[in-house]
Amino acid sequence: MGLSLLRRLGALVLVLFCVVSITFVLIRLSPGGPFDGERKIPPAIERQLLAKYKLDGSLWEQYSGYLSDLVRGDLRLSTKYRNRSVNEILVQTLPVTLCLGGVAFLLASVGGVWLGTLAAMHQHTWRDFGAMFLALAAISLPAYIVGPLLILFFGLELHWLPVGGWGSWQELILPAVTLAAPAMAAIARLMRGSMVETLQQDFVRTARAKGLRESAVVYKHALRIAVLPVVSYLGPLAAHLLTGSIIVETIFHIPGAGGFFVNSILNRDGFLIGGMVIVYCVLLVLFNLAVDVAYGLLDRRIRG
Amino acid sequence: MWHTACWIGGSVADPRAVRRLLRNPSAWISAAVLLLVVLACVAGPCFLPASLGDPGPNQYAPPSWEHPFGTDLNGRDLLLRVLAGGRISLAVGLCGALVSLFIGTAWGLVAGYAGGVVDGFMMRLVDILYSVPRLIFILIAISAFNKQLQTFASGLGWEWLVQSSQIAILILTLGVIEWLTMARIVRGQVLSLKSRQFIAAARVLGQSHVKILLRHLLPNLSGIILIYLTLTIPAVIIDESFLSFLGLGIQAPQASWGSLLSDGAGAINPLKSFWWLLVFPAAAMSLTLLALNFLGDAMRDAFDPRG
Repeated sequence: MGLSLLRRLGALVLVLFCVVSITFVLIRLSPGGPFDGERKIPPAIERQLLAKYKLDGSLWEQYSGYLSDLVRGDLRLSTKYRNRSVNEILVQTLPVTLCLGGVAFLLASVGGVWLGTLAAMHQHTWRDFGAMFLALAAISLPAYIVGPLLILFFGLELHWLPVGGWGSWQELILPAVTLAAPAMAAIARLMRGSMVETLQQDFVRTARAKGLRESAVVYKHALRIAVLPVVSYLGPLAAHLLTGSIIVETIFHIPGAGGFFVNSILNRDGFLIGGMVIVYCVLLVLFNLAVDVAYGLLDRRIRG
Repeated sequence: MWHTACWIGGSVADPRAVRRLLRNPSAWISAAVLLLVVLACVAGPCFLPASLGDPGPNQYAPPSWEHPFGTDLNGRDLLLRVLAGGRISLAVGLCGALVSLFIGTAWGLVAGYAGGVVDGFMMRLVDILYSVPRLIFILIAISAFNKQLQTFASGLGWEWLVQSSQIAILILTLGVIEWLTMARIVRGQVLSLKSRQFIAAARVLGQSHVKILLRHLLPNLSGIILIYLTLTIPAVIIDESFLSFLGLGIQAPQASWGSLLSDGAGAINPLKSFWWLLVFPAAAMSLTLLALNFLGDAMRDAFDPRG
């Protein structure tokens, strides 16, 4: 366990190094500098600006300088939002994104497991078909269709929920549902398949033969095994949610990191782009590590 | 998508699978819907007067006989915009899926056939890519590569590529991020096919690896490749409209379903709702995505009797 964890940590560092390098190269490749504006800047001032934002020197010097700054946890200054550092921006916006993502994550995993189990228990009945039809529909409909339609219906027609903003729990409902729906559907389909297979295994027959209630058989015995594919899907799921939150935050006017990310690309705000990508990737890679460890523990308990 | 396949792959020409597919009503309905949408998008704009696409005097006209889907901010007919946008969305979806099919099949074939360390390395890379927000890299890559492709194309004198460089970049980059599932599925199939006798026979006969891969393995994978092609098209369409919704994909005056949806979502306000700007593009897009996903699912059920 310890050795494999160490190996994974090593791989993690390697992945992050690649992510940083690729991001740096992509940003450097994109045309136009951060100070290209309407007015031509005098060369002396431009030189000072470049020095302030550490954009002077050769490409290799810039790259190694950026790497060493990153190691010290300094994501540098934003070139668009003057005098604000990328760290500052992230500290303000990331908690919002993480809160939205966390709620959606819980909703998707709990709801998806429940729906999938329900469909598997009532295989080939209207509940099964209904749940699976809904799931396929939810997978097919992206957030930018579901979100505006939910706003139109629940916000503007029925006036039940606020159409956007951030601060109260009512404002969390629509964005969280929008973000979670496709993920929940994907988990439900995965869960149904694995539960149907598990319910055919011998230990389930034994549990039934003992005279256990069906709900106890399913929720106490079968669920533990059947949930394993879902656990290994949680990593890609987190990546989906993080990407999806960019759209959802735009639709519902939530002051999270997503809006800043899109603007940073439009503004060619190189270090802000880099900081966001790197922080997103660090979060995801760490999360994947946690999922791997959890999977190992779950699996071991079953074998032992 | 999370299919841990152990059934022995079928070719597209397996008559039993085709019969099972034809008996499934959801396959029929979705194929018919799909055909209708594709026909409307490809042929529709030719039958409508082109002047409908030009800015006109009646801004934000609600649906009427003259403009069945209403008009937008610039007085352009929304029906024409939706059909023309569908052309781009469908084209990007199909071409992007083909790119991903090519990469994914090649990757899976080589990994599964080579086995051992090569397989371990290639599949570990797929695992890592799965857990990285790939679309976010695409956001950056598009702006980085677009300019370079434009200078490259104008150097060659390809005017058409300069015009549609954004679309070409979208197709390439989206194809490059959506191949992972295909690679996994193909590898799983190759692993189970590889141990069968006809492959051993081919090897004993002294056929080259390339020939075994292309002549013996690939035809037996055609069924599953077709299924995942059907399921990748909607994924690429969704990615494309994701980018266009954020204003980073298809650029005005060209439109795709994503950019139309973005316009529609921007036009929602509590005072006066221009609902048609949102509802019609959303309907066109969701109908297409639903039909593709249901067709893909029905095909998977037909080709995979374990289902």
